[in-house]
Amino acid sequence: MIHIIDRRKNPKGKSLGNRQRFMRRAKEQIKKAVENTIRHRGITDVSKGDQITIPQKSLHEPGFHHSRTGGERQYVLPGNKDFVPGDRIARPDGGSGSGGSNASPDGDGEDEFQFALTRDEFLDLFFEELELPDLLKKTLKQTTAFRHARAGFSTDGSPSNLNLVRTMRHSMARRIGLRRPKTDHVRDLEHQLAALQALADATPSGKIPVSDEEKRHALLAEIEDAKRRMRAIPFIDPIDTRYNQFRQIPDPNTQAVMFCLMDVSGSMSEQMKELAKRFFMLLHLFLHRRYDHVDVVFIRHTSRASEVDEETFFYSRETGGTIVSTALEEMKKVLADRYPTDQWNIYAAQASDGDNYSNDGNKCVSLLTADLLPKCQYYAYIEIVDEREAEIFSSAEGKSALWKSYVPLTRSHPHFALKRVARAGDIFPVFRELFGKDRSKSGTTAGART
Amino acid sequence: MSKKNQNPALLFEGSDWDFDILKSTYDAIEDIALNELKLDVYANQVEVITSEQMLDAYSSIGMPLMYHHWSFGKRFVRDDVMYRKGYQGLAYEIVINSNPCISYIMEENGMVMQALVMAHAAFGHNHFFKNNYLFKQWTDAEGILDYLQFAKRYIAQCEDRFGFDAVERIIDAAHALMDQGVNRYSHPEKPDWQQEAQRDRDRARYEDETYNDLWRTLPQAGTDAEDADETRRRLRAEERRAKLGLPEENLLYFLEKNAPGLGNWEREIVRIVRNIGQYFYPQKQTKVMNEGCACYVHYHIMNALYDRGQITEGAMMEFIDYHSRVVFQADFDDRRYSGFNPYALGFAMMQDIHRICVDPTDEDRHWFPDMAGNNRPYDTLKDAWAHYRDESFILQYLSPKLMRDMKMFMIDDAASSPHLEVAAIHDDAGYRKVRRTLARMHDISVREPDLQVVDVDLNGNRQLIIQHTQHDGIRLEKSEAEMTLGYIGRLWGYGVTLQAVDNESGEILHEMHYQPDDSQVA
Repeated sequence: MIHIIDRRKNPKGKSLGNRQRFMRRAKEQIKKAVENTIRHRGITDVSKGDQITIPQKSLHEPGFHHSRTGGERQYVLPGNKDFVPGDRIARPDGGSGSGGSNASPDGDGEDEFQFALTRDEFLDLFFEELELPDLLKKTLKQTTAFRHARAGFSTDGSPSNLNLVRTMRHSMARRIGLRRPKTDHVRDLEHQLAALQALADATPSGKIPVSDEEKRHALLAEIEDAKRRMRAIPFIDPIDTRYNQFRQIPDPNTQAVMFCLMDVSGSMSEQMKELAKRFFMLLHLFLHRRYDHVDVVFIRHTSRASEVDEETFFYSRETGGTIVSTALEEMKKVLADRYPTDQWNIYAAQASDGDNYSNDGNKCVSLLTADLLPKCQYYAYIEIVDEREAEIFSSAEGKSALWKSYVPLTRSHPHFALKRVARAGDIFPVFRELFGKDRSKSGTTAGART
Repeated sequence: MSKKNQNPALLFEGSDWDFDILKSTYDAIEDIALNELKLDVYANQVEVITSEQMLDAYSSIGMPLMYHHWSFGKRFVRDDVMYRKGYQGLAYEIVINSNPCISYIMEENGMVMQALVMAHAAFGHNHFFKNNYLFKQWTDAEGILDYLQFAKRYIAQCEDRFGFDAVERIIDAAHALMDQGVNRYSHPEKPDWQQEAQRDRDRARYEDETYNDLWRTLPQAGTDAEDADETRRRLRAEERRAKLGLPEENLLYFLEKNAPGLGNWEREIVRIVRNIGQYFYPQKQTKVMNEGCACYVHYHIMNALYDRGQITEGAMMEFIDYHSRVVFQADFDDRRYSGFNPYALGFAMMQDIHRICVDPTDEDRHWFPDMAGNNRPYDTLKDAWAHYRDESFILQYLSPKLMRDMKMFMIDDAASSPHLEVAAIHDDAGYRKVRRTLARMHDISVREPDLQVVDVDLNGNRQLIIQHTQHDGIRLEKSEAEMTLGYIGRLWGYGVTLQAVDNESGEILHEMHYQPDDSQVA
């Protein structure tokens, strides 16, 4: 006797619980590993879930085992080639290659533990404890947006919402239930009557046999009755009609637009642009975690500003002076044209090496305070400095023109932040600092530290 | 219709299979197994699963249901990576010592593999599980699945009630001691999940009924004044040890029964881990025999199928390919060498016994007068499968011919000497030595450290004393032992001392201590 059972349809992933417990257990190590990976990984594939390696130690399951060395042992090996009793063999060093007499029971010797994270697990860890500034405020405010959602059927409504399928279903049920004659049936009877009539007309005497006469009367009566019933029982009755019902559902706004502003003048080297790019990508990824839909607007500027596509933004070269306010003007224009604040969450990140046309600072500040900052959820200014100059710039005198004019803003606008980045390794820490949960604190210290 | 299909006896062609083919092939295999080999098996239940499900089962030590623990998750994520990257294939089959005997076969495998697996697991392992004395004595094939179900539910409930961390604390510690959680000499009563659940309820009820807040107000019992009399103190110590049933080799059992700080549910979890460890104990002692038996059975069944014209030559070739990969033994100096392959050694020994029964040489008649030429290979093998474990089996049945075939040699490895010395090889002078040593290598009581709880000071500082009897100067892996000691301390709740004692002189060689910090005292 045998039972063959097909278990293939059974749910897989029975180990999910175990996997989650494992992740919980190793969380600290995994987080560290994730941050490490991010530092060395190209920003474009940041979002891939990937293999990470964590130290085995914390996951070690110890037990009482014999030591692999020391003591007196005897063991048997297979595959003797030319040994005879009494032969001496030099002890293989390390011990790991030798013997096998006391191999550890599970063979669990490796120092590091490698496994793959899914994309979601990876991103969750990556953005853990990061928060979108002002997300809450915005969603509350945004209950003004509504969405129509189906909410079943009702017996009344406007004709445009009539649900034909449902209505006809009810109508048909009623017609069958009340035995409403079908049109075809009546037509059929009329044909019979006509045929009878034709027969009578065809007979030379013009006289109809008695049996046919009776038949004619019966048919007439039947037709009469059917027509009466058809009139009495309407094809569609008001009780059949069904209407689609809709309900207005408050729809928290889940779209965001992200403005990337960058100085592309000659003073920005390729490396600096690369750094800026990393920051922008990170921000984009982050926004994607929180919003269904994220638009990105790229605005580059030299002494003129223009909205461009991503490729041009990052890779095409342009020369010219540097007037930052042009970019802000452009952003203001795009905002007014396409992104009304009641429908969009607006984030902006500006990257620059800090150069600016000398009289432009005040204009930037007034643009920001008057037009841009009130509309933005968050505005981050990332100043990219040459690695070699990082030291000099950390002193108060070494501040760039733009930095100096922006600093006062941080006091009046908590959602405005500025940071300085010198190498790729800085990007993620800076990002964390900007969006970390205690952002308000770190934001002010950043301002004060300068 | 292909031309080859003239043979009506043919069970299948090609690698495609469906449930009808599985069934008819199973019937053919069963016919050979029961009527030719005369195997005695539990009813079979063959379950078809996907590779994902195989991975799942894999990581929870091969059981179809298991409580949740992060260590299984760890195995899962590792196996998952290995499998996906192609570093490691999946096991072809998993078989569970239960009644009915459940074997898993994988959807992805071709029909030849399915036939092989059914012969191997559903008859080979199954017969061994049902007949070997260790399994009969130590495991309960009827109740294991129910018990696991109970364990899983119980631990899930504990997690709900006491939180993941509290439960994990106990399971971690218990897992570390799993190997020391078996009774080696007295066999345990078989766990019955209904009884277990009932006992837990009774215990809780008893506590509720006898609860009296007054007890809380009693002053703590002071420790006994120093006993003046030396002999009286010794007598008291002996009495105490007798009461606690010391010395006790089953550390988990001792902790479960005697650890002062554990709550009832914690004891129950320790008990669950202990019972599962006990369930797997026979498998650890019979790896060579178990696999040898299964390989022998599948080899004979597949050959019989071929002889009867029920499988094609192509299928036979495919089978031989799988088979020879499974029973491959690398030489000691081969890069692939990682100890004796239990499949290879087991299969070779079974085949050798078969040969000795049917076609013995003079040497065999001299070494195995009882069975040489008795022409009853199946009976002889079945007798061996029923009454031996790896160590005794090798000691009894390893023949000089096989030692020569596998070119076994024995090494003396004394830490005091700068060299390894070849002590014996496969010749007349060496056969017995080699065989004895190989048998000892498969003796679990030699392979695993000998640890016992020897004493505990219940009136004083509650220091638990555990002795490691050290044989041949082989010490415990130090860092491992320290960590494990910490886990014992976690269960015990007080200090623990580990003494290494020489097995000949009885002197204490070194000690290791664990003291809990205050936060760890429950």
